[in-house]
Amino acid sequence: MANIKLSAEKLDELKAICKSFKNDKGELINVLHKAQGLFGYLPAEVQEVIAKELNISVAHVYGVVSFYSFFTMLPKGEYPVSICLGTACYVRGAEKVIDEFKRILNINVGETSPDGKFSLACLRCVGACGLAPVVLVGEKVYGRVAPDGVKDIVAEYTK
Amino acid sequence: MAKYKMHVLVCGGTGCHASQSDLLLDNLKTIVADKGLDNEVQVIATGCFGFCEKGPIVKIMPDNTFYTQVTPEDAREIIEEHLIKGRKVNRLLYVDPENQEHIADSKHMGFYKKQLRIALRNCGFIDPENIDEYIARDGYEAMAKCLTEMTPQQVIDIMKKSGLRGRGGGGFPTGLKWEITNRSVSDIKYVVCNADEGDPGAFMDRSILEGDPHSVIEAMAICGYCIGGEHGLVYIRAEYPLAINRLKIAIEQAREYGLLGKNILGSDFSFDIELRYGAGAFVCGEETALIHSMEGLRGEPTVKPPFPSVSGYFEKPTNVNNVETFANVPVIINKGAEWFSSIGSEKSKGTKVFALAGKINNVGLIEVPMGTTLREVIYEIGGGIKDGKKFKAVQTGGPSGGCLTEKHLDVPIDYDNLIASGSMMGSGGMIVMDEDDCMVSVAKFYLDFTVEESCGKCSPCRIGNKRLYEILDKITQGKGTRDDIDRLRNLSTVIKDTALCGLGQTSPNPVLSTIDNFWDEYIEHVTDKKCRSGQCKALLQYFIDAENCVGCTACARNCPVNAIAGERKGIHVIDQTTCIKCGACMEKCKFNAVYIK
Repeated sequence: MANIKLSAEKLDELKAICKSFKNDKGELINVLHKAQGLFGYLPAEVQEVIAKELNISVAHVYGVVSFYSFFTMLPKGEYPVSICLGTACYVRGAEKVIDEFKRILNINVGETSPDGKFSLACLRCVGACGLAPVVLVGEKVYGRVAPDGVKDIVAEYTK
Repeated sequence: MAKYKMHVLVCGGTGCHASQSDLLLDNLKTIVADKGLDNEVQVIATGCFGFCEKGPIVKIMPDNTFYTQVTPEDAREIIEEHLIKGRKVNRLLYVDPENQEHIADSKHMGFYKKQLRIALRNCGFIDPENIDEYIARDGYEAMAKCLTEMTPQQVIDIMKKSGLRGRGGGGFPTGLKWEITNRSVSDIKYVVCNADEGDPGAFMDRSILEGDPHSVIEAMAICGYCIGGEHGLVYIRAEYPLAINRLKIAIEQAREYGLLGKNILGSDFSFDIELRYGAGAFVCGEETALIHSMEGLRGEPTVKPPFPSVSGYFEKPTNVNNVETFANVPVIINKGAEWFSSIGSEKSKGTKVFALAGKINNVGLIEVPMGTTLREVIYEIGGGIKDGKKFKAVQTGGPSGGCLTEKHLDVPIDYDNLIASGSMMGSGGMIVMDEDDCMVSVAKFYLDFTVEESCGKCSPCRIGNKRLYEILDKITQGKGTRDDIDRLRNLSTVIKDTALCGLGQTSPNPVLSTIDNFWDEYIEHVTDKKCRSGQCKALLQYFIDAENCVGCTACARNCPVNAIAGERKGIHVIDQTTCIKCGACMEKCKFNAVYIK
């Protein structure tokens, strides 16, 4: 894992997050949500600080981080691409859309492109089943995506 | 409150939001203001209308005109033609697929005709961010009635008599659950709302929270009164930002109005609600796992008993109900147990919300009385199968459910009938599949989901499901044998009997139900090495039809593995041993000479 050093400023912000939840270990998941919002991901250093502030073991924090798919220990791309793999999207051809993204971006699901621009992930149902298959880039939702529409979506972000 | 002559309701649900309904709303508001109509016309965003297929939806009240697939650019025409001149914009009306007639009033649309909306009663009618609109539709009346006129036991009796059962999937009688929690002796008790909707393809809980958050808040307070608890918690998926936001606004408004907080409505009952966020784990829909997750732990389930109603959140008695269950409560109190129990089938009372999706014409959220048949849901409400294809199966109950076929179409839908047919109610996802779907691949898809979501605590689920997945994968690769099907069946039975929680105990259902209902397809895969729907790539072979091939060499030039041989203007042939079945040749051929068998 990349060894990043937290700046004093970020460290204070992180401690403030813990404090806003009264350093209560029962609030660990809420703390992690806020911390991921701050850093974009949860590297080991961040987990160590949280463990110390909440007075629990780092193993406990890591156990929780690795359990939930929402938390990531790897930085996401500038434009995180998520393809819905809910059943509705699956039966309407989401798999082919994933294959096309993999081919065009030349990365696998769970990876980030070397230039840090795109990352590729699958998610389960955003609930826009009427628009299946659905692709999210950041917060923007693309509906009824066909494999040959993938290159246009990627082009929007590579200008 | 200002009195408006007309109301323009714009769907603000996630589906329509994704199709720019927010921009449409802004346009409508701006133009209404420009025309100086702000005192006569009110434009609001509502919750989901349900008809997601035709979104974004705009409804004009009081004449009940229902516009479909409205774009931000259509705003001006709606205001100038309809609102000012009183002429409906015909091109935006729903067209009846049977007779091509334009239908203005949603009541006459096939999609809405058979529906009965109880849990969704306010979705698409009110502005979810305005508590006054909820109150105007009898909101918080049920809570007031309970607090001022009834004892907790009287309320519990109504709930028991109504026959309401848990809408999260299990179908446990709600009144009984409240009674058990009420009887547990403790200084602190909790009311938990399970909004961790993890079933792929189900989005009713989210739509209720987005469209009518106050109904859930009111019901949680009523539940708190019944069980003797002052603390409410909503466990909600972090993936639902819009629902979280609306819920936060609603809680804040309820506090301002004194409908949450200390001594509600002057009684000695106090109640407040906090939010807890999920972080993407399907198993957290299981109540013991959910409670652990709320405590800041890994969301792993524990053995029941003790049930949460005896020992739950931080070992205190905890009553966990699902969003849709709660949404039914205020209406039951207002209209009475007799009214509610007159709807539905013998053992399943009331209505159920289903998320209709997949290969169906009208994708959307529907609510029908229990006992409605699958045929009515799929053909009358759902408008039949997309592109005129043949119906093959409908999957209910998500990853824990099963696939039902043509022979089940006339079964009245309720908890017990679905289980008897080899599936289950689940939270209400209903995915329709047509002849192009391979049922072995569908079973594999669900197992892939379960393997990923298994928490790993018990070995039947952790290891067993992985093996099921591997066998299914082997079959779709064309390497399966007849014995593999028996192995699938045996292993499935063992997992069902031995897994720790509901996730593991139900995860083999998609496998068992597809084996039972689509035996022929499994046999074809293992003995004839054929996939009739053409989904299992490894079982396909590409051929070039000698009659259609003109020898243009397009296929050979585009083949990534040089598997195609042939001279210019000569007939081309695919070498089956080198072919990787990518389909590039078929895509490039302009003469329809490439076919699969």
